[in-house]
Amino acid sequence: MNTVTPSAQAAARKPRYTWRVVDIVVASVIGVAIGVIFWAWSAGYSGIAVLTAAFPPAGGLYAGGWLTAGVLGGLLIRKPGAAIYCEVLAAAVSSLLGTQFGLTVLLSGLIQGLGAELVFLLFLYKKFNLGVSLLAGLGAGLALAIGENILWNVEWATDWKLWYTLFAAISGVVIAGLLPWLAMRGLAKTGALSSFAAGRTADV
Amino acid sequence: MATIQSTTAERGHPAAVTAEGYGWRHAGRKDPALSDVSFRIEPGERVLLLGASGAGKSTLLHAIAGVLGDDGEGDEAGSLAVDGMHPVQSRGRTGLVLQDPESQVVMARVGDEVAFGAENMALPRDEIWSRVRESLGDVGLEVPLDHATTALSGGQKQRLALASVLAMRPGVLLLDEPTANLDPDGVLEVRDAVVGVLERTGATLIVVEHRVAVWADVVDRVIVLAASGGVLADGPPADVLNAAGTRERLIEAGVWVPGYTPRLRTSLPTGGGNGSDGGHGTPGTDLLRAADLSVARTRRAGPVVNKVSLELAAGEALSITGPNGAGKSTLALTLAGLLTPAGGKLEAAPELRRGAAGTVHKWKSAELVTRIGTVFQEPEHQFLTHRVIDELEFGPRRVARLPEDEVRRRVDAIAERLRLTKLLQANPFTLSGGEKRRLSVATMLATSPDILVLDEPTFGQDANTWAEMVSLLGGLIADGHAVVSVTHDGDFTAALGGNVLRVADGTAQLQAPATSGRAA
Amino acid sequence: MSLDIMTPRLTASPFTRANPLSKLAAVAMVTVVVMLSVDWVSAGVVLAAELLLMPVLGISAWALFKRGWPLVVAALVGAYGTALLAEKTGAVVFEAGPLLFTEDSINSGVAIGLRSLAVALPGIFLLLTTDPTDLADALAQKLKLPHRFVLGALAGLRLVGLLVDEWRTLGLARRARGVGAENKPLAKLAAFLGQAFGLIVQAIRRATRLAVAMEARGFGGAQRTWARESTFSRVDIWVFLGGALVSAAAVTAAVSAGTWNFIFG
Repeated sequence: MNTVTPSAQAAARKPRYTWRVVDIVVASVIGVAIGVIFWAWSAGYSGIAVLTAAFPPAGGLYAGGWLTAGVLGGLLIRKPGAAIYCEVLAAAVSSLLGTQFGLTVLLSGLIQGLGAELVFLLFLYKKFNLGVSLLAGLGAGLALAIGENILWNVEWATDWKLWYTLFAAISGVVIAGLLPWLAMRGLAKTGALSSFAAGRTADV
Repeated sequence: MATIQSTTAERGHPAAVTAEGYGWRHAGRKDPALSDVSFRIEPGERVLLLGASGAGKSTLLHAIAGVLGDDGEGDEAGSLAVDGMHPVQSRGRTGLVLQDPESQVVMARVGDEVAFGAENMALPRDEIWSRVRESLGDVGLEVPLDHATTALSGGQKQRLALASVLAMRPGVLLLDEPTANLDPDGVLEVRDAVVGVLERTGATLIVVEHRVAVWADVVDRVIVLAASGGVLADGPPADVLNAAGTRERLIEAGVWVPGYTPRLRTSLPTGGGNGSDGGHGTPGTDLLRAADLSVARTRRAGPVVNKVSLELAAGEALSITGPNGAGKSTLALTLAGLLTPAGGKLEAAPELRRGAAGTVHKWKSAELVTRIGTVFQEPEHQFLTHRVIDELEFGPRRVARLPEDEVRRRVDAIAERLRLTKLLQANPFTLSGGEKRRLSVATMLATSPDILVLDEPTFGQDANTWAEMVSLLGGLIADGHAVVSVTHDGDFTAALGGNVLRVADGTAQLQAPATSGRAA
Repeated sequence: MSLDIMTPRLTASPFTRANPLSKLAAVAMVTVVVMLSVDWVSAGVVLAAELLLMPVLGISAWALFKRGWPLVVAALVGAYGTALLAEKTGAVVFEAGPLLFTEDSINSGVAIGLRSLAVALPGIFLLLTTDPTDLADALAQKLKLPHRFVLGALAGLRLVGLLVDEWRTLGLARRARGVGAENKPLAKLAAFLGQAFGLIVQAIRRATRLAVAMEARGFGGAQRTWARESTFSRVDIWVFLGGALVSAAAVTAAVSAGTWNFIFG
């Protein structure tokens, strides 16, 4: 005999936008893991950063890596604020590990996370297919470019700011849009996401 | 301030746990993880919960702890109650300790960690700290409150986890293989802490554990879950473990029943004959020699073991033993050519070198994988693809770059030998623990290395997967492979034979062979 | 490398004892002022004040250098980039092919470089003097941020050291399979991405187990108490005033020198 259980009643009351404990902890650890990956990247692959130093706007092409945390968090957790939360936490970890410094890192994380978040919001946290992921990457890339152009590239001639924006947008779509989506698909197949809608539905 | 030793009554009373036709199906799965389970556990009873892997033991403990999730995560059937209440409502009355010591520490400091549960129960500050001191005393963990949780050993971490749930004064302790990841000293340390706690609190105990001997004297009741659902047996340990029908079924399910040694398959099909595994040197041929070797994880960390001298020959087993943190794995990984020696010499004999230039750790990937294979403790660390067949083909095709028909032949033979043929299309990450372990050995064997290095190959295995691993490695040794294992497992070392190298206090001592029979 | 970021050995100074929130507030004020203008005077004043304050904060030059040298490199790169790409007004200082630097563009570059140092330094100060658990306590108890998220983030941060170790183990484990030893850039990139995926799988598995352990210990409810109380003391007033003073000095100096250069202006 099946009976209606108290937990089922409790669940019925909960709106699907509420974060569960597992959402919070996994989102936190995603932010942390991406922060560690940034650290590993800058420890072993700084050569690429040197290349972009010669022509600074090309740094935009490289920037997408920083944006993966927000998009991945949004795709996996599927709750309001997940993209912002993961991106800010990844930024905090990279300053803990000495990859970047200062409160502005958190501000940048907030701006970039917001760029991805707005796209997920636009689809009311209901759609998480490749198109949405690419758009979220684009949103994060544009947010990054706007933020950096105001905060750091402010003295650049307008042309260069536009180039930077273009590069960041491309990088956002390709790196921060595509890679997290591929990661989500791969993760779903490993069974690691069994507590999440992202691991149970194949809405691609 | 409250007295340190409070009475049982002050500590919260032992709780009863009742299940009536209880079941749970995870969302998105066809079959229930648990079905039709009924029992009544009286307050203060001490229960050992057994069953084959996949019978739902962990699911049941999680259910009693009230952490299975809401109906988005699965469907509940029947009823389950702690002192008459649904488990979700009685969190805090139940105290759950999990298997992995690393994944259940929340806070950075010991005192804060123990306080965490009491804080979540919204207790007053003074009460929290008095409970923190009392709980740490109960488990005998005598470290300062601001001690870093990362600085604890595995056994200490598990005692900390126990203290952390005790601070909530639970009526039921739920232990999910609490000693599976520990070395033998750690196992006893944790078991004794639990016994002490039960004597002081009188709490109900439900423990899941393959290694029955550890808990057989502690518990007064054994419940066996059937893999097909329901309860297979329920009664006093002596009755359940010795009853003719049940005992066989427990052995079949891979439970380490006291007084039973897992049967090894002695006549394994050997790879040498059909060439699936390449031709290996005649037993006794020297392969690798270490002289005054010092090993270190990173150059900056400095050496952890010094002055290691040993010789490794084809057809030989070498077990590296010693306490946790002594540097066993670091030594093994250095022998495997994955870490740069910090000092001394590590030389490959001509029979192993076969034209590979330079020292072992400088070998190219294709040279390394055809000479030395390393199986890590966590199989998932070595999975590279999304299908079992791709995993098996990766080494021969992409690294060793063998001709396509040779790749096919080897992969087929190895899949057959390690019983992976039916799983070829599955995702490696979704296999069972035993299957993952077999696959990680198989991926290494696919490129036919002369030496196989394994880190804790029998950790957390049930009796069936244990026997399987020992049989497999015995077969490889008979084929002329050299097998180096880092292990705590005395039964394993004895079964495999060969030399034992004990690593402790920065040095390594070669000890008498584990058994006389096998070494050539 | 053992990363004890969760229980760091902090420098001994009153600044270390101050509530993390007052430190954050002071750093935030200074950061906002520096960021609002691109000029070498405001950035220079803040940077000088920071360096002068180091003994008071108990921070040695060596401790600063150990953590901070990458940001000197970053500041130089930033300065160069702006000097190269800013509007080319003023006298030409250097020209070689596509590279053109003028007086004004170099001025802008210097300002950007100083500015990034002035913003980054207090970040390092916070790191060297703040215990993450104290920060979490302050954010949840004093700033009233939602405690589930604050503690979730704290529990996640505890895994940084573990994940760094796991990253290294993954590298070795994959090398044993023959991955990552090739020197071709594309193969290296693919190996990096594979390793990153492996880390994320393990991180999520670990996080899921951690969530169970936390929930079993009653985490997630609306009400909770705090074993450690986050408090303000007299030190906090000084820290706050110190931040305000440095900020005001920077603005005053830049405005009176006529260099104040508002970023939105």
